[in-house]
Amino acid sequence: MSPILTVAAKEFRDGLRNRWVLSIAIIFAVMATGLAYFGSAAAGQVGFTSLSTTIISLASLAVFIIPLIALMLAYDGIVGEDESGTLLLLLTYPLSRWQLLCGKMLGHGAIMAFSTLVGFGSAALIMGLFAPDISWSELAVPFGLFILSAVLLGWIFIAFAYVISVSVTEKSKAAGLALIVWFLFVLVFDLGLLGLLVGTQGDVDADIFPYLLLLNPTDIFRLVNITYFADQQLSGLMAIAEHVRLSTAALLMSLLVWLAVPVMLALALFNRRAL
Amino acid sequence: MTNIVELVGVEKRYQSVRALEPLDLVLQEGEVLGLFGHNGAGKTTTIKLILGLIKASAGSVRVFGQDPTFSESRKERQQLGFLQENVSFYDQLTGLEVLRYFARLKGIQTSECHRLLDQVGLKAAAGRRVKTYSKGMRQRLGLAQALLGNPKLLLLDEPTVGLDPLATQDFYHRIAQLKEQGCTVVLCSHVLPGVEKYIDRAMIMGKGKVLAQGSLNDLRQQAELPLVLNVKGSGLQVPESIQSRATVLEDGVSMHLSLQEKMPIMQHMLAQAGVTDIDLHLPSLEDLYTHYTRTCVGHEMEGIL
Repeated sequence: MSPILTVAAKEFRDGLRNRWVLSIAIIFAVMATGLAYFGSAAAGQVGFTSLSTTIISLASLAVFIIPLIALMLAYDGIVGEDESGTLLLLLTYPLSRWQLLCGKMLGHGAIMAFSTLVGFGSAALIMGLFAPDISWSELAVPFGLFILSAVLLGWIFIAFAYVISVSVTEKSKAAGLALIVWFLFVLVFDLGLLGLLVGTQGDVDADIFPYLLLLNPTDIFRLVNITYFADQQLSGLMAIAEHVRLSTAALLMSLLVWLAVPVMLALALFNRRAL
Repeated sequence: MTNIVELVGVEKRYQSVRALEPLDLVLQEGEVLGLFGHNGAGKTTTIKLILGLIKASAGSVRVFGQDPTFSESRKERQQLGFLQENVSFYDQLTGLEVLRYFARLKGIQTSECHRLLDQVGLKAAAGRRVKTYSKGMRQRLGLAQALLGNPKLLLLDEPTVGLDPLATQDFYHRIAQLKEQGCTVVLCSHVLPGVEKYIDRAMIMGKGKVLAQGSLNDLRQQAELPLVLNVKGSGLQVPESIQSRATVLEDGVSMHLSLQEKMPIMQHMLAQAGVTDIDLHLPSLEDLYTHYTRTCVGHEMEGIL
């Protein structure tokens, strides 16, 4: 077996052992089913709401929680092994640094993908079985797209976590930096954009502004899921993207770019890490 | 004989700090070297250079005839066993799973794992998670890991820390066996008792410098440390020449002798009628270590005081 797969398989097994896989899957399943069932509670009724409402509210909640989970899962990937001494040991084995790092990222990526699929997948199953107005065929494409983009978002933040993990020498520092990354991408960026919009009194070129959303993977994730239901009334920052309709494929492509950049960066930084 | 490790004029600097002064070291097949020194003496730097984990600032490093930092020599690492100080393995996995993981990475049969765990006395605990292991058990797991695939070069940093005396003896026996099979071993330690019998050569380091290198006999001669001869009995006559170095005790005499004086004085003492018991202390490795490191640290202390 190639060393990359060996490392990845061990990482995945670790994830099963310390209940990461189970916890993530349960959180996602409860979140999705809960939103589907109680999503319209504010409007005074309980029961399965429409699929579009469910997915859109799910996307706005997942955008907070997926990055957080991914960062928590992987922030100590390298620095943790360094602190326990196994990093030094592993590097005396016949495997190169990039193989070790790719293996670890692959393992954590598999944990994320598996639990996302199981978690949201089971929610989709429940909706398909019990929601009266939603047919399987209706469900398949939007939920599939949602799961796909959710997995990509998780991978992107796992890659961010590794960039942090390979550049620091203490676990606590990595945890702090991970929190800052989460705060910047999930909260500050959008506030900044809104501030820019309000501050310039909408004087920013309306054709350019939507592209600014591509600078943040969490916004791309929301765009992917929102633009699918084009007929929905959009609110907040997402509304400004209405002028420029980016295709789903283009949005997914930009997520892939967002994945490739931090992976490359982590590999480059890890190669230069001193022991 | 083949040279397994060859360091010629090797130096290591971190920015302006010199971690290692120019060092020469040749290790041949089946040789066991004891590398001694206190913290920051340069032991770990030397080991890391041999492992190819860091690059030398000057000089040449050859392990199995190749530069260990080259990626082409990565497959040579299969013949290499290493255990560093204070390693804590993956708590969530069982001992067997940890060992299997390392075996796979080394590219060897995982069937060997059971035998190795048995050898280090972890057979019963193989299926338990590592987080339930005691310090000694973790250390033994680490040793099993280092012994995977019958290495030709074994580098062990503080291998006996946390082992009970019996396990320590077992460990040294195992080292002796490996030596028989032609394995080269570097034992890095500041815990010394018991190790003398198993090493061919000792290298004592301090502040990045080699303070002394050679067989224990060479080191004893260089250090000129006195041996202590205790003779029990009554009416004992101490030769004129060593009168000043002898202390009269209640039931005998204690003498400090040089290596050359050993035989003549012993013969002289044994020839006397009143002798009831005789006992000889050669300077131990610990004495030598203290002697060499004190000279090194001593200068520093004078500077401060």
